[in-house]
Amino acid sequence: MSAVPLPIQSADQQRASLQQGRAFPIVIVGHVDHGKSTLVGRLLHDTDSLPTGKLEQLKAVSEKRGLEFEWSFLLDALQVERDQGITVDTTQIWFTTQQRRYVIIDAPGHKEFLKNMVTGAAQADAAILVVDAAQGLAEQTRRHAYLLHLLGIRQVAVAVNKIDLIGNDAARFRAVAESVRNYLVGIGIEPQAIVPLSAREGDNIASRSVNTSWYQGPTLIGALDAFTPRALPVEQPLRLPVQDLYRYGDKRIVVGRIESGRLKAGDRIRFAPLGREATVATLENWSGPDRPLPALTEARAGDSVAFTLDEDVFVERGALGSSPEHRPIDANRFTVRLFWLDKQPLRKGDRLTMKVGTAEREAQVESIVESLDVETLDAATAQQIERNGVARVVLRVRPPMAIDLYETLPRTGRGVLIRGPQIVAGLVIESAATRVSTDITAVDSSVTVQERIEMNGHRGGVIWMTGLSGAGKSTIAMATQRLLFSRGRHVAVLDGDNLRHGLNRDLGFTDTDRLENLRRLAEVAKLMAVNGSLVLVSAISPLQKYRDMAREIVGEDFREIYVSADIALCEARDPKGLYRKARTGEIKNFTGISAPYEAPQNADLVLDTAKPLEFAVTTLTEYIESIFGELPWHPDI
Amino acid sequence: MHDDLDSLEAQSIYILREAYSRIKPMAMLWSLGKDSNVMIWLAKKAFLGKVPFPVAHLDTGLEFPETYAFRDRYATEWALELIKDACPPLEATDPTLPHNSRVAARKTLGLKAAIAKYQWKGVIAGIRRDEQATRAKERVFSPRDDAGAWDFRDQPPELWDHFAADLPDGVHMRVHPLLHWTELDIWRYIKREAIPVVPLYFANAENKRFRSLGEIGITFPISSPARNIDEIIAELAVTREPERAGRAMDHDSEDAFERLRVAGYM
Repeated sequence: MSAVPLPIQSADQQRASLQQGRAFPIVIVGHVDHGKSTLVGRLLHDTDSLPTGKLEQLKAVSEKRGLEFEWSFLLDALQVERDQGITVDTTQIWFTTQQRRYVIIDAPGHKEFLKNMVTGAAQADAAILVVDAAQGLAEQTRRHAYLLHLLGIRQVAVAVNKIDLIGNDAARFRAVAESVRNYLVGIGIEPQAIVPLSAREGDNIASRSVNTSWYQGPTLIGALDAFTPRALPVEQPLRLPVQDLYRYGDKRIVVGRIESGRLKAGDRIRFAPLGREATVATLENWSGPDRPLPALTEARAGDSVAFTLDEDVFVERGALGSSPEHRPIDANRFTVRLFWLDKQPLRKGDRLTMKVGTAEREAQVESIVESLDVETLDAATAQQIERNGVARVVLRVRPPMAIDLYETLPRTGRGVLIRGPQIVAGLVIESAATRVSTDITAVDSSVTVQERIEMNGHRGGVIWMTGLSGAGKSTIAMATQRLLFSRGRHVAVLDGDNLRHGLNRDLGFTDTDRLENLRRLAEVAKLMAVNGSLVLVSAISPLQKYRDMAREIVGEDFREIYVSADIALCEARDPKGLYRKARTGEIKNFTGISAPYEAPQNADLVLDTAKPLEFAVTTLTEYIESIFGELPWHPDI
Repeated sequence: MHDDLDSLEAQSIYILREAYSRIKPMAMLWSLGKDSNVMIWLAKKAFLGKVPFPVAHLDTGLEFPETYAFRDRYATEWALELIKDACPPLEATDPTLPHNSRVAARKTLGLKAAIAKYQWKGVIAGIRRDEQATRAKERVFSPRDDAGAWDFRDQPPELWDHFAADLPDGVHMRVHPLLHWTELDIWRYIKREAIPVVPLYFANAENKRFRSLGEIGITFPISSPARNIDEIIAELAVTREPERAGRAMDHDSEDAFERLRVAGYM
């Protein structure tokens, strides 16, 4: 076997080839003033990554302020940062070692700016934790390390900085290294290297320093180059949060990003929470005008995809696509670990929005299990969580949402809490109480009303819609049913006319028969409401006494809705031709013509059907959700 | 099959789709430079061939003739809904700004006028973190107050691609789908996808070319023999010159660019 001569590359060629490929994202964290920004400046300088003139510019800026040369000015781009000498917000900068390209995320160490630190750190694959050699672990070092772990960063190198300021003392370094290692191991991070270095002097950054001849480990750059890129979860089960639906002509295109797994045409896909299933017909793509499209056969984790389905199932933003076999957890009660970023503390009973993937739900803090002291790692009970605090909390959402546990599938097992327009917390899901199985057919007593509320995310109730024939009751009821259903509500329509074909076919239109007809309708509606449904009853129910009887039967969850339309309008519409027959005397006792209609004087809601249908549907839906949608708060269950 | 350009592309498409789903009405800024051409290309990918919102060129009247020709050709070829409103005159800008910054500030005023006129709640802009140090501090979804100003002291957190998009009244969102790209990424992608660019980016007979393209009078060409995309890529891979060296407004004073950006510049 003859040796193959290696091609000789110039420094420029070597550098050029390294500029290709994904930049490895690392975050630099640590307590304020322990030297993060200086370290970044030094990394750029020592890897020859500074632009021309930058060094001179920094010297000029430093002189102008009468300061010694400051590497941190390189990153502290904002005037306020240079003036006050602190990093306010996270920043990113690129550099290249002899091995690969990096994007370095510099995160502020100041307590005030923790939300900026987590914003930066959430994007990283690995971290450098900077610790001052003289001061050792400080509060923000611990907090940052803890957050790194919570954010899912497992690769950490520790830079014990300012080693020159402690006289390059090996014993002191070992003591600091020992305490840092103990703390990190305590929170589940095994540091890959602990490097004594001086960012200001450049010791042990790119090359081993003679000042620390007692140190045998890697340089900082050596430690970085030993990190491995985070692999995308291609081999895990499919998770595809739906971002949107585009309608192009007859085509309905579902779009979203694959968080884990793979997807190809012909795959069966299930959308939580409604559980609709369909087969992926085509993966859609665009690659330029008049260009042949390379057939996209398979997409995988990390890809933003667009696809069509073989049948017209209901899908909307917030749905979570999976394979039918490997489903996410469907739950409404979670134990999460969260870090709180808002000025206003988090309290038991607080209502927020929980967002996982593209799904958003109303959430309420059921209990604060414990607050964590990042200093001692002790957990304690707490009434509230202050800004920058870390806690374990039980959240209840409605309606239930599809999620995964963080330890199983991190990308669909983490999320945020939102209050108003702001993200106020990041969270990872530790455990979830799954919904009661819908496959169990139980006698009533085995499932309580409260359990049904928890499962459905709303109370049951009877929405009794009265109005003249042709006023639009059934049309509104059907459209409202569709909308409520699409929002995951348990909803049904009971149509007075339809019930006369079955349950009530023995009844006519005498006053007594009409009363009996409505009594049965109210009893059936009540049964369904008790079992958790929102029941939209569409019935002329012309007299107030009929409706009062229905209210009496159903009880407090009864609402009377007047679908208002004047007789001339209804007669003009005459959808079933009944008015015509009533006028000719073919039908006797026809409400509005030959029998009285008493419009409700105290309806709970009046829908004016002179306005467009959508208006009535939206008004009614909002009304129903405001009355029955609210999850009653029973903290002791 | 999958390389780093694929993941940069997928991330930008994700951002564009998030913005389109959550912020309406919205427009995309088209400076006609290389980055915004890539951004339009990505929008065409995200929305399968049609850009579903208007594309705005804030016109100072000072673009190069080649730039105008490019705009008029590709607005048609790409079937864009083009808005080309004129920016307010120099006299309308903050007189305490240095001259070159004032020329640039006309664009800020033009943007504010367009936001007021079209009631945009979102504006997509093609800035990158590696272009300029204050841009490196940006969020993907960056709220601006009713005066268009950027509160860099109190930016919202962004975790794992969760961007808060609900806006208080009077606030608009700047959306930055190219924030994570570098200049070299942009050129490698232009090559891969064969995206057209204004010819001023390629060296002329005097070996001058524009690396960053802006208005006549405040943008200057660099010395470079790079005559095609491959040569530009080779040059960028080893250069130490900053990208915006030819942009006069960046060099007016230490914080000139920061002042522009805080006031609402792109």
